[in-house]
Amino acid sequence: MNLDFTPEENAFRDEVRAFIKENYPAELRKAQDEHRPLTKDEYLLWHKVLAKKGWVAPGWPKELGGTGWTPTQKYIWSEETARADCLPILPFGMSMLAPVIYTFGTDEQKKKFLPDIYNGNVWWCQGYSEPGAGSDLASLKTKAERITADDGKEYYIVNGQKTWTTLGQYADWGFFLVRTDPDAKPQSGISFLLIDMKTPGITVRPIITLEGGHEVNDVFLDNVKVPVENRIFHENQGWTCAKALLAHERSGIAGVARSKRNLEKLRTIANTERSDTGSALLSDAFFRRKVAELEIDLTALEFTELRTLAGESSGKGPGPESSILKIKGTEIQQRLQELALEAVGHYGAPFLRDLSGSNATVGPDYARGLAGEMFNGRKTSIYGGSNEIQRNIIAKMVLGL
Amino acid sequence: MDFSFTEEQSMLRDTVAAYLADHYDFDKRRAVVSKEPGWRPEVWKAFAEELGILGAPFSEELGGLGGGAIENMVVMEEFGKALVVEPYLGTVVIGGGFLKHSGHAGAADLIGGIIEGKTIFAFAQAEPQSRYNLASVATTAKKDGAGWTLNGHKAVVIGAPFATHFIVTARTAGGERDAQGISVFLVEKGAKGVTTRDYPTVDGFRASEVYFENVSLGADALIGPADQGLPLVEKVVDEAIAATCAEACGVLRKLHEGTLEYTKQRKQFGQPISSFQVLQHRMVDMFINVEQAVSMTYMANIKVVDDAERAKAVSAAKVQIGKACKFVGQNAIQLHGGMGMTDEMAIGHYFKRATMIESAFGSVDHHLARYEFLSLGKAA
Repeated sequence: MNLDFTPEENAFRDEVRAFIKENYPAELRKAQDEHRPLTKDEYLLWHKVLAKKGWVAPGWPKELGGTGWTPTQKYIWSEETARADCLPILPFGMSMLAPVIYTFGTDEQKKKFLPDIYNGNVWWCQGYSEPGAGSDLASLKTKAERITADDGKEYYIVNGQKTWTTLGQYADWGFFLVRTDPDAKPQSGISFLLIDMKTPGITVRPIITLEGGHEVNDVFLDNVKVPVENRIFHENQGWTCAKALLAHERSGIAGVARSKRNLEKLRTIANTERSDTGSALLSDAFFRRKVAELEIDLTALEFTELRTLAGESSGKGPGPESSILKIKGTEIQQRLQELALEAVGHYGAPFLRDLSGSNATVGPDYARGLAGEMFNGRKTSIYGGSNEIQRNIIAKMVLGL
Repeated sequence: MDFSFTEEQSMLRDTVAAYLADHYDFDKRRAVVSKEPGWRPEVWKAFAEELGILGAPFSEELGGLGGGAIENMVVMEEFGKALVVEPYLGTVVIGGGFLKHSGHAGAADLIGGIIEGKTIFAFAQAEPQSRYNLASVATTAKKDGAGWTLNGHKAVVIGAPFATHFIVTARTAGGERDAQGISVFLVEKGAKGVTTRDYPTVDGFRASEVYFENVSLGADALIGPADQGLPLVEKVVDEAIAATCAEACGVLRKLHEGTLEYTKQRKQFGQPISSFQVLQHRMVDMFINVEQAVSMTYMANIKVVDDAERAKAVSAAKVQIGKACKFVGQNAIQLHGGMGMTDEMAIGHYFKRATMIESAFGSVDHHLARYEFLSLGKAA
């Protein structure tokens, strides 16, 4: 048991830090600093830099373009990218879909889809939730009927509605859970389909969330024709893929390195802001206690994640224990957002999104967007399987209840 | 970075666990602690002679197993699972810690005595007014020729009835709460002027009020530097906290496992109560508390050897463990319902130990304040 970094690991940290410094796209940095919504191209700038360098897919197997890094190197990587406020790589293709394809897909499917995911050429979105299927995902109703078309080939005809499709407005392709056997038990009649978003019959409609952003969408599917070869794994066994994907989604969701970075920012804000008595807010007895407790909880999460990673490096994939990381990770992210908003006091109120000129700079820079982030951040304990569903998973899979 | 145990550490764990499974079941323990003397010297002898674990954190030159904090952690976690009352913490961790770090001339011999099971220490630090402030010391040691004269009253000295020696903090200069002017002394329990009032504690341990009245100490009784003993005290207490966190992990695991087991067999409304979601989620939250406590205990025991990080790491861990002891302990009783209130079931005994650990060496509030100071600087 030790926490020491080897000289090689320290050299790796230096290399990563230098690479980010020299190669992080300046225009992306500027857009982030201005807290404005990113364009589709901006979202992919950093992805493409990393793809070229060979560092975009640390989680993939080495033979498919993974970095072959040790768990410690991956830890250093996430620390350094968070420290430099690098835009997180979009997860839909890279860390949600790709593991399903390389675990359950055919060689042809791997060849067809993985390189474009790797290089950021194709933007993927997720078609899981439905208006009537949220936490009870297996009750989904979007229907896929198998037909033989006039061209002699087999297709699925997909009808239904998906919702909460994040950044679906930019998506080239989507991965969808659809019901292929309406008579089977809920989990057994589902298939996993890849659908070109340009296929006739697909409509994407924005959902504006409470902080005013356009991040999620409804997706309507009206007689959408999907070639059978776009199905991953066996017909009616898509739930297996879905579960594997959700476990991967959960393990990355802890966001320890980013929360450490946000804690640093919170401390800077609270050292600048004044308490009622005129001292630094961070020296106020009540406020600092909340910061200290959060810091300790974050340390506990970090070491729980390190223990999980150590377990994974001995060959286990992310297991149901990763639900702990999802629950605690999202709780901590939300507390950080609340405390940052609390720290800026009055200047949490101005809604700056649509303002320009002198109005756009009202209040300190660090207060910009904090309320929006806090409002938007309430999603984290709801998505990816709500935190209540995570407790059900632990109860069943870990505690045997 | 590495979170695995060495083969020797795993063997140590297995050895301790196997011995306790054979000799330290709940009924046996309950019978022993309910009457005098409240511990089993033969178990201590077995720790020394059969298991050899009293040398776990000492170097091989001193006759030990060549381990350190991680070895203490392994032993203490197993002890927590069995609610062991024998004085490993006071003797091996604290007594041994003072001797190792102080460079005391008699350290090698005394450590030899610890490893053989013959020398047993109790840490006489707390006082009626001190609460958790290690610098609050009213007991005095006055220079007397080459030696010292000791006077004072030490409160709730855990394991004192079993001890052969006390480690005593005393004021050799300065005022009652000054950080300067504290010295550490080795005092034989049989020395003239030492008296004790012995009593059981609520969690089945034994403790004493210890009184020193004009106790004459030789020059060699001083452990570490005169007047500047506080940093040494803080270091050893931090090591003791890290070890206590490990004991807590053992206690917490048993509280959680016991609750799972009980709710699976207890039936109400025609079904096991473990099938109720409100109880399932409570047990998941208990589980998360236990896992986070284990993570923080690893963290603290890895960092306790690093003087730059030690204090902050240990206080962070103690905060987490203190909160977990309260949450897991109280919910374990709640989920056992009326049965949780009985002396007959083990669960209540684990709860009592968890509750005492919650405030041992400082409550959650104490360690939060210490952590705040170390991490965020002075309060306004």
